[in-house]
Amino acid sequence: MPPRILPEPTPETQHFWDGTRNGELLLQRCKETGEAYFPPRPFAPKTGSRNVEVFKASGRATLYSYVINHRPRPDMGTEPYAIAVVQLEEGPRMMTNIVGCPQTPEALVLDMPLEVVFEKMSDTISLPFFQPAKG
Amino acid sequence: MMQKSVAVVGAAETTKMGKIPDVSVIGLHADAALNALADAGLKPTDIDGVACAGISPVELAQYLGITPTYADGTSVGGCSFMLHVRHAAAAINAGLCTTVLITHGESGRSRVGAGGFGRAPSSLMGQFEMPYGVTAPPTMFTIPVLRYMKTYGVTEEDLANVAVIQREWAAKNPRASYRDPITIDDVLNSDMIAWPFRKLMCCLVTDGGGALILTSAERAKDFPQKPVYVLGTGESVETPLVSQMEDFTTSKAFRVSGKKAFDEAGISHADVDHLMIYDAFAHLPLYGLEDLGFCKPGEAKDFINGRNTAIGGKLPLNTNGGGLSYMHSGMYGMYALQESVRQMRGIAPAQVDGAKISVCHGVGGMFAASGTVIFTNEA
Repeated sequence: MPPRILPEPTPETQHFWDGTRNGELLLQRCKETGEAYFPPRPFAPKTGSRNVEVFKASGRATLYSYVINHRPRPDMGTEPYAIAVVQLEEGPRMMTNIVGCPQTPEALVLDMPLEVVFEKMSDTISLPFFQPAKG
Repeated sequence: MMQKSVAVVGAAETTKMGKIPDVSVIGLHADAALNALADAGLKPTDIDGVACAGISPVELAQYLGITPTYADGTSVGGCSFMLHVRHAAAAINAGLCTTVLITHGESGRSRVGAGGFGRAPSSLMGQFEMPYGVTAPPTMFTIPVLRYMKTYGVTEEDLANVAVIQREWAAKNPRASYRDPITIDDVLNSDMIAWPFRKLMCCLVTDGGGALILTSAERAKDFPQKPVYVLGTGESVETPLVSQMEDFTTSKAFRVSGKKAFDEAGISHADVDHLMIYDAFAHLPLYGLEDLGFCKPGEAKDFINGRNTAIGGKLPLNTNGGGLSYMHSGMYGMYALQESVRQMRGIAPAQVDGAKISVCHGVGGMFAASGTVIFTNEA
């Protein structure tokens, strides 16, 4: 299996990937409106304010939508896997994979509670995945 | 733009469609262009405006021997050509040029002289979507649909029926790739691509192209073909990342583009005789019918199941068979525009009798962009 396709951080996103490597899901928010946003950028969308800050997200989310890919990308093995969008507790949504449960419609129910986990893929990149919330 | 100030005077697809292993991408652009020029009774040096997506308008102009005073390289995916029509209408009205050639050519299946689909791993898609295993449109465009299905009680059978009814239209079209009738069971039993999407809910992958020529309505009267007037246009964009769509049950770009086009055209939905909605996947016509205002949110499935968009229905939709059955080289919008023009000329294989107004709605990327053109054959 070829190595998994991994992100290459840019200066504007480096803090996010540093965070996942350290086991933290880092979002940003506008210091004027308090609104959180994602993906990372050094200003708040819509207001255009550069007065923003990085903060640690709770890691709690719900399952917003997904597909189960039956034609896996060569770097993703041979078994069907879910490509999902999760709704983060803080407001933004993000693309991810769901781990720790069967990749089936029966196991993957929309709006189910999830929590973030981090999986080391290389020395510099850990990807944020989500698993069914425990307790 | 001013209603009916600009008209389509030339329209054609490539000589062959489907599998064309002996023509490159730029060759498909040129073949479609030459066919449209012949349709309009023009030669390349009569053209003073060029527009295309996929390749640069610089390549197109040089290849055909055109020296333009207007060039539009807007490339926002499969609806780029709707935007080209809109921009061309504005350019002609503003006196930037008189006669605009818009081309599409794509070696989607044979990949002759074609680039790859990849995105840089440092792009936003490369960082925040690609790592999770998206491969191409079948694993991106499809991601919103489960949320839509849960919100409105849409079933897999409802999705399948979109493909079934479009195949009925394709059966009437000699140039359609697939013409044999299919049932809902056929669709649901076809290969699983990305649950809940089966193969027959996904567009074709073909080679081909098309071209349009636009000029002022005043000049259009002197051309050999019946002019097809541009009545209203719209465009918008939302996000390059499908995960960042504002609402997975509706496309903001569709809503903005559609409303702008209807407002410009000054028509109501009841005035529309014929409709094209870019169907890269079976859910697109459902979103389109609702976001353009033909149906209330969640009601498009009942509208389609009630055969309103089928042969004999009150709103004939995707009468060429659509991207699901007719043709889909990658940027299908050009073929939707070609079918609208054929319907307005009265020469479509599945002609809607007496049709006077056609709405042609396109999507670009994965709900990333949208363009809408409303045509009429009444001066």
